[in-house]
Amino acid sequence: MRAMSEARRPSDGLWAFLRRELRPKGKLITPFNVITLALMLSGAVILFFRFTRGLGAVTNLSQDFPWGLWIGFDVMTGVAFAGGAYVLTFMVYILRIEKYHPIVRVTVLNGFLAYVFYAGALLLDLGRPWNVVNPIIGNSFGLSSVLFLVAWHFMLYMMAELVEFSPAVAEWLGWKRIRKVLAGLTVGTVILGVTLSTLHQSALGALYLMAKPKIHPLWYSEFIPILFFVSSIFAGLSMVIFEGSISHKVFQTRVGKHLAKSHDDILIGLARIAGGVMFVYLFFEVLKLIHGQKWQYLHGPWAAWYALEIVGLVALPMVLLITGSRRRDLTMIKTGAVLTLLGVLLNRLNISVIAFKWYAPVHYVPTLMEVVVTGAVISAELWVFRWVVNRMPVMGPDPDWAEDRAVSTDAAAPAGAGTGS
Amino acid sequence: MEFNRRSLFKLAGVAGGTALLPEKAEATTRDAGGDDAILIDLTRCVGCRTCEESCAEAHGLPDPDWSDDFSYESFRPTTETQWTAVNRYETSKGEVFVKRQCMHCLQPACSAACLTKAMYKTEEGPVIWRESKCMGCRFCMVSCPFDVPKFEYNSAVPKIQKCRMCFERLEKGQLPVCVENCPNEALTFGKRDDLLREARKRIVENPDDYVDHIYGEHEAGGTGVLYISAVPFDELGFRTDLDAEAYPELTRDFLTAVPMVLVAWPAMMLAMRRAGDHSDEEEAREAPRGELAADVVGARIGKEV
Repeated sequence: MRAMSEARRPSDGLWAFLRRELRPKGKLITPFNVITLALMLSGAVILFFRFTRGLGAVTNLSQDFPWGLWIGFDVMTGVAFAGGAYVLTFMVYILRIEKYHPIVRVTVLNGFLAYVFYAGALLLDLGRPWNVVNPIIGNSFGLSSVLFLVAWHFMLYMMAELVEFSPAVAEWLGWKRIRKVLAGLTVGTVILGVTLSTLHQSALGALYLMAKPKIHPLWYSEFIPILFFVSSIFAGLSMVIFEGSISHKVFQTRVGKHLAKSHDDILIGLARIAGGVMFVYLFFEVLKLIHGQKWQYLHGPWAAWYALEIVGLVALPMVLLITGSRRRDLTMIKTGAVLTLLGVLLNRLNISVIAFKWYAPVHYVPTLMEVVVTGAVISAELWVFRWVVNRMPVMGPDPDWAEDRAVSTDAAAPAGAGTGS
Repeated sequence: MEFNRRSLFKLAGVAGGTALLPEKAEATTRDAGGDDAILIDLTRCVGCRTCEESCAEAHGLPDPDWSDDFSYESFRPTTETQWTAVNRYETSKGEVFVKRQCMHCLQPACSAACLTKAMYKTEEGPVIWRESKCMGCRFCMVSCPFDVPKFEYNSAVPKIQKCRMCFERLEKGQLPVCVENCPNEALTFGKRDDLLREARKRIVENPDDYVDHIYGEHEAGGTGVLYISAVPFDELGFRTDLDAEAYPELTRDFLTAVPMVLVAWPAMMLAMRRAGDHSDEEEAREAPRGELAADVVGARIGKEV
């Protein structure tokens, strides 16, 4: 008796197979399902009011604070957390570090879904979403706009990640020839994807360059784009560590032997890389303070808040990640990864919401409804992620016929993996 | 009652002001060079709010809030239904009234921010908003150093609202409605260069009545609305910490770097991948297996996730 389903065999009819796959697997009433379903249903109700009565009906956005939680968390933070996909594909396909190959697929899936849902949450925030195609179809190219670049890159990068993941879909459906074609696209797509990611991760920071008079000087600098890019590297890697150690347990039955064996080594390696990048980031932060002569602002509550972000949630987790990787201490690494994620979250919220108009007498605080919608977006993403992981060969093993993989997600998979009955 | 009060204000203002007025800057035709602009002389504003009223009337906006009955108790910002607002400031030289509206920057941050060119700097100078293009992202609001664009948060079909210097009226050869109706000639419409000359003239000829600062000459790279005043502008709630460089310049370096990265990154990555190619060793290790031997060749060309 196996909990996992197998890739489709040529003898299966496609429609019968799809119908079977669409059915839920496992227990329906679990705490996770109940909570996330409640969030999604409430989110749908809230969004109904948002689209019939305007953003003011459900959010605390104002003329002073045009961007709130949905941009500051969903888009700014969500996209930084999804940075693992471009970092890992770069390491595996450009630097050819095969050690990390077993987790590429799950990371790319995560990245793709993060973009679809979190960057997609942008649509909820747009006042006039029916015009979202305007910058794409070419009747009005705002070429001087950083947001124009972000819009195009989100769209292109989503497609790139879909192509990078597509061999897994083809394996699931048993489409051998199509899989071969799609697999042939991977390297080109990775190169495109890493380039796009470099640009739009930094562009998210560049969005705030013109808001110079509105962002507290401790957070504003002309280096924001570079800081956003560098922090997306360790944010993405920390997310891979954090998410990987959870889904490794939750989807135990779906993990191939190869990944199961090397998972700890992979996490330790990622922790070391993340720690190194954080050192570079801290150096840039110091450079920012010196170059911008910002030490005059290093007193008072805002300086303490800044210190919490930089010392407590960058320097400290950096030490934990590096020490943890030296001692092969996974608990320390996971703690470091969580603190790192909190630090990136705080940084993005500081720039977009908290230290934005720090001088305003009335500050923006999200409504409960904004929080619920964000929760609903996360829940929906997790449902789709679970559905895919439980059906497609994401964490290995591959079906037996896909042995052409230059380096398989699970080279040691038994040949019979596709014949479970 | 209110209207009587207001009329009284107007009368008082006109009576007290006109006698001292130098000639009005000549309104040049729209074809001549230079941006259309407005000069606001705060020493002449008596706080009658006729500009607010006529603006609302001309654009079909609700009547401005008169509830404080000209006591000017609370600060009234411009809103999505009130594109210009007058406020009173207690200063070192007594009370001063300040009219606010869009500054119509020479290089507006809002239009540089707009990815659909909905927020648009016209050739003539006024910055306008075009409904059919806007997707409501509100990046213009984030970017504007004067916090001018306002969003209709309580509409399912929201618009961005702000002063457009009566662009429709200008095209018909009329003056902006606030300028036309100002009873005290506190507002002057004209070409920006002419207005700068006029402003300088007033300052030079009456050095005791003005501070030596034309707000908007350099602020944010220069604006289409210019202010002169008897008291320093930081006493009047103006931001005096703004860059003298136009705000879109702040993203210029980044946007220049984009095509460089687009070309350099793929080239470098291809080179790196080639440098790390161990295909000879792989060939030895990886003998073709089973019926899909051809795929090995394909995989070597193409690799995949």
